[in-house]
Amino acid sequence: MAPYPPITDSASQAAPLPPLEALSEADLLAQAQAGDHRAFAQLYSLHKKRIYSLCMRMVGNVAEAEDMTQETFLQLHRKITTFRGESAFATWLHRLAINIVLMQLRKKGLSLISMDEAMEADPGGNPGRGFGARDLSLVGSIDRMALERAVSDLPAGYRLVFVLHDIEGYEHHEIASMLDCSVGNSKSQLHKARLTLREALHSLPRQEARP
Amino acid sequence: MIEEANPMTCHEFQAQLPEMIGSGESLAAHAHIQHCALCRALLADLETIAEAARSIFPIVEPPDKLWKQIESALNKEKGVIEPDEGKV
Repeated sequence: MAPYPPITDSASQAAPLPPLEALSEADLLAQAQAGDHRAFAQLYSLHKKRIYSLCMRMVGNVAEAEDMTQETFLQLHRKITTFRGESAFATWLHRLAINIVLMQLRKKGLSLISMDEAMEADPGGNPGRGFGARDLSLVGSIDRMALERAVSDLPAGYRLVFVLHDIEGYEHHEIASMLDCSVGNSKSQLHKARLTLREALHSLPRQEARP
Repeated sequence: MIEEANPMTCHEFQAQLPEMIGSGESLAAHAHIQHCALCRALLADLETIAEAARSIFPIVEPPDKLWKQIESALNKEKGVIEPDEGKV
């Protein structure tokens, strides 16, 4: 196991601790809530991949994902004593990360869900457009890299709803609450995200076939 | 909702797709899907994309430097002088 990070919190030096790997997450949480920096570092180790991956998907680039992950764990440190166990810690932390990403995106002036506008000018605006021309099916032929690229190229509003629903598994009513929009808008955005991805994925073989 | 008579046009069907898909309704037996190969292909593609999204996105490891940055920020918040900063 990798060495623990330097201990800089005086509270963690007050008494010897049992090996962290022997502690349950509940015990780690209790220790971290009591100011134990080693326990907090261990919580970071346990959850960093899921949170970083979530941020990567939501913002679509490494630098911002690192910033959002850092901010998430800083907020966690500030708020950890407010966690009362009403939900699983992983779920609570996940929601904290989502809220931070959304807040940061709003701070940057990104209108997360200009859904009404999007509903009027997007791939689904004319439902029949292009569908008749499809002679290839995506079934069984989606490649991971192509889909990742296509998702990262989605407009931010589409990407957020797609990531939250199709990848992270949130329900439309939860997404509507997070994004402060209607359930209908969440469904609509998701549909348009999938249509946009379909267009992008269908265009790949043709682009490659015609240099 | 499954309609046996007066099946929808493609436009009508596709306009209702977000709501029908979002409500979790099974569309395989929908009257329009039964007779429209284009909309059947569209639906299959959309389902494939959703299914792929659930299964293929990897969990990625953040860079090691990130914890050092977080720790440094935490120390600053607490007013802790970092070892290097304390050296004369």
